[in-house]
Amino acid sequence: MESSSPTKKVRAYMNPYLAGVLLGLVLLAANFISGRGLGASGAVKSVVVTSVVTVNPHAAESSDFIRDYEKGHTGNPMKNWLVFQMMGVILGAFVSGILSGRLSLKTEHGPQTTSKKRLIFAVAGGILFGFGSQLGRGCTSGSALSGLAVMSAGGILTMMAIFGTGYALAYFFRKNWI
Amino acid sequence: MMGPLSVNDIISGDTNFLLAFFIGIAFGFVLEQAGFSSSRRLAGVFYGYDMTVLKVFFTGGITAMTGILLFGLFGWMDLSMVYVNPTFLTSAISGGVIMGAGFILGGYCPGTSFCGAAIGKVDAMVFIGGLFLGVYIWGFGFDLWKDMYVAGNMGSPKIGEWLGISDGLMALAIVVIAFAAFFVSEWVESRMAKSGKEN
Repeated sequence: MESSSPTKKVRAYMNPYLAGVLLGLVLLAANFISGRGLGASGAVKSVVVTSVVTVNPHAAESSDFIRDYEKGHTGNPMKNWLVFQMMGVILGAFVSGILSGRLSLKTEHGPQTTSKKRLIFAVAGGILFGFGSQLGRGCTSGSALSGLAVMSAGGILTMMAIFGTGYALAYFFRKNWI
Repeated sequence: MMGPLSVNDIISGDTNFLLAFFIGIAFGFVLEQAGFSSSRRLAGVFYGYDMTVLKVFFTGGITAMTGILLFGLFGWMDLSMVYVNPTFLTSAISGGVIMGAGFILGGYCPGTSFCGAAIGKVDAMVFIGGLFLGVYIWGFGFDLWKDMYVAGNMGSPKIGEWLGISDGLMALAIVVIAFAAFFVSEWVESRMAKSGKEN
């Protein structure tokens, strides 16, 4: 237990191996119940498709992307497994934050950089991750972790590419973090 | 009762969505408890000052992998009905490279950014804004990268098939690699802690 202020107690994080086993059991449950893994970027895609189609109802006829999406999905794009799962993720993380006293509005950054720079890099990173997750058919959750659990060759390749690139570029962006 | 429950029509589509919500709650709760709502903690894996990402990720991966194999072995789950991510060689690697760059710049991945935003991290909220923009750019210019997206389609092979070994043996190899990675992570963290004290 460490405390940030005399009145508010912030609990320590869970042991990483215990958290890993629990994460694995959640992923196993997803496979047992729904025959699929966890994910995050797919829910973002559903929201983007919904907003594009709402703004332009003829988007499906003019955009290969929307047509490609609708080929694999029927009905309302928001009535989607990952959308429900992501709503749960937000609630679960929020509850965990309350229980552990970690709920607070702040921008995290390394000691050698400013909040403003951190936020610019965060947007840039988000754009790259959003784009890359579409190209790679899933992000760290949907492709790398869930792919590893079912030993998918593509998922494991994507996992190695994500972390390998992170390490390869770490030196150039060290001022953001350390 | 044989899994996957939704595929075998043991539960209805709507029940499946409800359970997806509960699975999400557990997923988000565990990620936040592990500290994945903190970008500095996540980025630590690339500098060695905090190896939590590697430990949680690999422990989660091998737990689920072993569980799935055992469920199949016991006849509790029809593994032929479990989704195996397809392999498109070009996009699997190039998409991963772009995501890796996004990770080191942004400090989050999509799932963890939602956890961070849920507890008030402004950098996570801004990252999510970027995610939407990135997916929109992908969709807007889809014609430009469509060929790259579908190139190198190899179906849905498992890694063991590539290496010519059985799933069981492959799983054992992955578990051994994971434990070696845990050992290295603990060593790196203790070295970093020591050098931190000397400075």
